[in-house]
Amino acid sequence: MIQAIIDWFGSPVGLSVLFSAVKILGVFSVLMFIVAYSVWVERKVSAAIQDRCGPNRVGIFGLLQPAADAIKSFLKEDFTPAHVRKTYYWLAPAIVMIPSLLTVAIIPFGSLIGNEKMIIADLNVGVLYTFGIVSLGVYGIVLAGYAARSKYPFIGGIRSSAQLISYEIAMGMSVIPLFLIAGGLDVQQLSAGWQSLLAGTSGLNLNRLVTWQAGNGWLICYAPISFVIFLAAMFAETNRMPFDMPECEQELAGGYNVEYSSMKFALFFMGEYASMTAAAALMTTLFLGGWSLPVAGLNQPATTIWIGLIHIGIFLAKVCFILFMVIWVRWMWPRFRYDQLMDLGWRRFIPLALANIVITAVVLWAKS
Amino acid sequence: MQDALFYTFAFLTLMFGFLVIANPFSRNPVTSAMFLVLTIISLAGLFVLLHAFFLAAVQVLVYAGAVMVLFLFVIMLLDLKAEERRKIKTLGVVGGLISTGAILAIFLSSLLKAPLGATQSPVVEGGTVALAKLLFTQYLLPFEIVSLLLLVAIVGVVLLSKKDLK
Amino acid sequence: MEEAQLMQYLPVLMLGALAVVFSFGMLVMSVVLGQKGKRPPVKDIPYECGMIPVGEGSTRLSLKFYLVAMLFILFDIEVVFLYPWAVIYREMLKESGGAILGAMLSFLGILLVGYLYAVKKRAFDWKS
Repeated sequence: MIQAIIDWFGSPVGLSVLFSAVKILGVFSVLMFIVAYSVWVERKVSAAIQDRCGPNRVGIFGLLQPAADAIKSFLKEDFTPAHVRKTYYWLAPAIVMIPSLLTVAIIPFGSLIGNEKMIIADLNVGVLYTFGIVSLGVYGIVLAGYAARSKYPFIGGIRSSAQLISYEIAMGMSVIPLFLIAGGLDVQQLSAGWQSLLAGTSGLNLNRLVTWQAGNGWLICYAPISFVIFLAAMFAETNRMPFDMPECEQELAGGYNVEYSSMKFALFFMGEYASMTAAAALMTTLFLGGWSLPVAGLNQPATTIWIGLIHIGIFLAKVCFILFMVIWVRWMWPRFRYDQLMDLGWRRFIPLALANIVITAVVLWAKS
Repeated sequence: MQDALFYTFAFLTLMFGFLVIANPFSRNPVTSAMFLVLTIISLAGLFVLLHAFFLAAVQVLVYAGAVMVLFLFVIMLLDLKAEERRKIKTLGVVGGLISTGAILAIFLSSLLKAPLGATQSPVVEGGTVALAKLLFTQYLLPFEIVSLLLLVAIVGVVLLSKKDLK
Repeated sequence: MEEAQLMQYLPVLMLGALAVVFSFGMLVMSVVLGQKGKRPPVKDIPYECGMIPVGEGSTRLSLKFYLVAMLFILFDIEVVFLYPWAVIYREMLKESGGAILGAMLSFLGILLVGYLYAVKKRAFDWKS
């Protein structure tokens, strides 16, 4: 029996499952680490901006604060009020958390280590997979509001879901020019390293975008309008300031998660930061060249383990930079009003994104 | 392993589908809608096993992520309470039986024409690129007609819900 | 190649399993570890900043949410058609020139009429 299991892990399928498991666990732990410490950074940055100290009691510089927060939310009373719809009250926090964990699957977080691609699932539908999963995130929020059977959460949940679906369109449209531009990638002319990285890929695969950017420069320079729309849509999709309608404290006393306590609240909170991190990672890949850096030959797939690790480091540095920017924006911008938010999404961004697509296509046609 | 996954997803699809229409534990319309979401997602799993990757992604994106959100909104808009058990109408049963029988007849006739397992399964190209090439060459006209269909739908939606405004 | 793609979906399933186990594990953990408190009747009242709640918890929605959801489906379908087009655009330009551009321009042009109609009829106006 045991021998059979060992043999199975030696087979090609078993080996790839084993490697996948290692990658999944690695990505998951790094993601959770970033989630925990972006909360700490958020509190420190907000403190600095508002001339306060921020967390400074638990550990040096308050560095153990995330651990303390986690222990606290585990030990708090897990209270289920009598007026809620019990099943959905229990399910909603999990339904928020699961999609935000799933979105990271198709993001190439490094080039190669040995022969193993540094990506969990090298899907050819690539970015379409992410948008599919992101669109499932609506349910968690709308069910959270519905389950609470209380006015503020309900209004918050419905508002938030309308916001999410409105900005999904602008977000989906904003990435089209990237694929138009990078569609000219000719794998045959690339070196052997690239060939092994891109083996079996086609279409919307994200590694192809990274490859194109490594050879021709980052896409933020080619499609700046796309970048702006995607950035704004990302703020809206992750419910961040200045679009944090569901949580507007002044109007809705906190939004869809008012009635939740203990770990249920913490799961909403973690889900928000996890999807923020995933969005930052996606943005890095789409616009900022992913794991590549145009200095010191780092624009090539890694041939040694050390360069492979450096690529992962570059990727993480870019993600952290975007996260820092997102946090900064939160403490610098006032919140939009709800009608302004919908107006911006439907009447400004959609025509802008459409025009962006058409102009890109026409320019490419004129050049060819 | 592919076979095992096929049977798993097929079983899940059927089970969730059954729970949509006849859930013994709950008569809540929201629960039915959520099971329909799960049905759609397991159906996407079946599409993946058929190598229709693009279709699977679109299935999740459009059906699970957009159409079902509308369903939920409508349920909440109408503020539906848990549905009472209705009396079964004879006309409904007869109509249902006739349509199910018709579909079954179509399935059986096509199954009998092609004996199972006798032929090589065809090579399916369900990736985005293969699909795109077909869509923009062979099926260009239907594609353009889709835009007209969408236009009619947009006009219809706006007209229905904004009737009182000018 | 298609077979290799199929294998790539296995990690997605594994990640999904991890996500489910993690989320529900957290929920169960907090029940096991959490404090057990008293249950005074005040605790069971919906939170409305200290006011005593009046009426049903779930109020009825504005029709606008329904309108937005409907229009979202329609534009979502439009976006879905843009992806396959974008992927083969450069290749088709080389093969057949501007035909591929014309195909999408007419598609988008017809939909633009619908969009402008919706804007004109103030479907996106949330102030009124």
